[in-house]
Amino acid sequence: MSEIKPPSRWTLWLPLVLFVGFAGLAMSGLFRPAQREVESAMIGKPLPQFTLRAAVPERPGLARSDLADGKPRLLNVFASWCLPCAVEAPQLATLQAEGVEIVGVAIRDRPEDVAAFLARHGNPFTRIGADDRSEVQLGIGSSGVPETFVIDGQGTIRYQHIGEIRPEHVALLREKLKEVGS
Amino acid sequence: MIAELGLAALWLAAALAGLQLIAGALALTQRGVALAGIVRPVAVAQGVLALVSFVALVVLFWQTDLSVELVAKNSHSAKPLLYKLTGTWGNHEGSMLLWAMVMGLSGSLVALIERRLPEPTMLATLAGQAFVSLGFYAFLLASSNPFTRLNPAAIEGAGLNPLLQDPGLAFHPPTLYIGYVGLSVAFSFAIGALITREVGPAFARAMRPWVLGSWIFLTIGIVAGSYWAYYELGWGGWWFWDPVENASLMPWLAATALLHSVSVLASRNALRTWTVMLGVVAFSMSMVGTFLVRSGILTSVHAFAVDPQRGSFILGLLVLYIGGALLLFGLRASSVTEGERFAVTSREGALVFNNVMLSAILGIVLVGTLYPLLAEALGAKVSVGPPYFNPVSAIFAVPMLLVLAVGPLLRWRRDSLNRIRLQLVLPVLLFIGALVWAASQAMGVLPALGLALAVMLAVTSFLPLKGRKLSQVKLPLWGMVVAHFGVAVALLGMASDSAFTKERLVALREGEVTEVGPWTIKLQRIEPVAGPNWTALRADLAASYAGGRVIELHPAARSFWSPPTETSEAALKTRWNGQLYAVLGEESQGGRWQLRLWWKPFVPMIWYGGLLIALGGLLALLGRVQSDVRRIVARDKIAWRRSRRER
Repeated sequence: MSEIKPPSRWTLWLPLVLFVGFAGLAMSGLFRPAQREVESAMIGKPLPQFTLRAAVPERPGLARSDLADGKPRLLNVFASWCLPCAVEAPQLATLQAEGVEIVGVAIRDRPEDVAAFLARHGNPFTRIGADDRSEVQLGIGSSGVPETFVIDGQGTIRYQHIGEIRPEHVALLREKLKEVGS
Repeated sequence: MIAELGLAALWLAAALAGLQLIAGALALTQRGVALAGIVRPVAVAQGVLALVSFVALVVLFWQTDLSVELVAKNSHSAKPLLYKLTGTWGNHEGSMLLWAMVMGLSGSLVALIERRLPEPTMLATLAGQAFVSLGFYAFLLASSNPFTRLNPAAIEGAGLNPLLQDPGLAFHPPTLYIGYVGLSVAFSFAIGALITREVGPAFARAMRPWVLGSWIFLTIGIVAGSYWAYYELGWGGWWFWDPVENASLMPWLAATALLHSVSVLASRNALRTWTVMLGVVAFSMSMVGTFLVRSGILTSVHAFAVDPQRGSFILGLLVLYIGGALLLFGLRASSVTEGERFAVTSREGALVFNNVMLSAILGIVLVGTLYPLLAEALGAKVSVGPPYFNPVSAIFAVPMLLVLAVGPLLRWRRDSLNRIRLQLVLPVLLFIGALVWAASQAMGVLPALGLALAVMLAVTSFLPLKGRKLSQVKLPLWGMVVAHFGVAVALLGMASDSAFTKERLVALREGEVTEVGPWTIKLQRIEPVAGPNWTALRADLAASYAGGRVIELHPAARSFWSPPTETSEAALKTRWNGQLYAVLGEESQGGRWQLRLWWKPFVPMIWYGGLLIALGGLLALLGRVQSDVRRIVARDKIAWRRSRRER
């Protein structure tokens, strides 16, 4: 008759060994600077095909074909309901004043809200597409608002800036645009 | 004034926990025996003070005292009273105080009623309980003080996350917490027994009601949480393998294993080391789960505040308690004398097998929950979801459920499958029949296996009653039958949900009609409605099942104004054979409204089954408590007669 044997001596230490492994892992997780942003896997790839209706009457909508005319641009993903988007407005205005062309994608927004937002914080955009279901946003690998993409003249995504553009980021974006343009 | 009272009570409770630890430890030595007498009263007083502190916080939330930072941050004067009160534990500090309070009161209860254990084991247990409590008091006082004043007081509070403004969720966290923390008693018993090397049936009987009680609360908490996620999040799913869900599932798995092994120890004096280890592991899993949730180390839909300082503190406590307990286990377990032996084919053998399977599932859930952390340490970002958890846990769940069908029919110590083969004919035929039918329905392998297993288990769970007079069946046996039948019912619901659910996403104009499964649904109109602290757009749906009577459904999208948040209120219609689930989405172009509709056959069985499992636990607990009370009464009678005779 076979019987079930009691555990051997060394197996009694197994739980402790496993726990030490867990504690080490947890420790490393706690003290590593948290990187919770999700980078786009689309960098270096062409933009997907899309056509978005105009988000406000005074600017045309946005399509993939508008972004492959040889000229580098910034594509800014924003929303009127997004507070950091208001914070980055002066920086976008600065870039626009320097001659950078900026196109916008308004995420899950209403025309009147977008219009009010632009009236209040300025309108640096040449085109604004309305992305009512975040389809384009997800398609270009953006997981939140605001995010800003550097698009080269062939319509390829070259750089992604996650979060609001602060004054100290302006130079970096300028440089990225220059790299892409040359 | 009340805040200061609460804080003072908290400090005093912490001081008494220190005293309880020192006195309990010293009383175990030759020179400190005199201290043994104070340990129990101190434990009782400590629990009462923790309760006073918690009640003080509840009163502050009730009065919406905005001079207290925690209240100002988490409450609002316009909030309904129920949610003001439940807001007490809807935040980090309050929930930790609830944790410490339950732990203190559990210690008090052990000190008041437990008389079976030898005195040294009892003292070691109470010292262990105080040691754990002390860490949580220190955590509260050093980095999570719920009573901090705000100067000047806030003019208005910041509100409570509207997702939490729901009667189901208001009581879900405390239910889980009672379960988590109740396991601390099992942990302390295990520590006490390791220190004095007294592991045996008396230890198991002392521990069992605590394990059962905690397990019942955990079961109810998980069932309630699953149902809440199902109707409140509007995703139509009932389990997401989210880290926070896993954090409640892991202690439950360990407690389920412990519950079974403690029964073997109580009635057969076998599985001594295994029971002690599970006693340590069960509460360790509660603490690990709390750490994972509270430290914000894992990203989860339950986004709690990320705070490395608090995270480090809890991790320190984990290392101290779990590491310490496992060290003690490694040192002492080999000197715990071996229990009774048994054959592989026996009731014990089946229980051991299922315990190992439960532990394997626990390991899988733990690995899956921690894997993103490991990957991040190695520089990758991954998330682990149902494609891992479902099949991998099924590898162990399926054999476990097969053994669950047979195990309760086996005799203790030694048995043969030959003896019970006749009883198994019908269940096995049902299993094969269901499997063949499922295979003809073009469903996945797991749902098919689940259905077949559920049908078989539903029958075998009642077989232990065969040949018994039902009026004489004891409560614990009823408990086992009901709980195992609950497993079958829940499994049927899960399998049916994944095999038969019909889903439909449509954009309808007012007046248009759509169909999902056997239902015909008409969007009559969309109208605004206003609640106490929210406004909503509500859809009036007219639904009819297979052309029958028309019923109204009102899914809504609610906007709360403090804090500004939107939630979706799903509308549900439950029939005996399933549930219709409707969610109102956004307005799309041309006056159309997005509607998401599901017909989920037999899905409520998941939660009915879960509640049956908890009911089974309750019956077993009542049975055990009843016989304990009888034994105590009998013992007291004997003592009383003896004392009369001596007089």
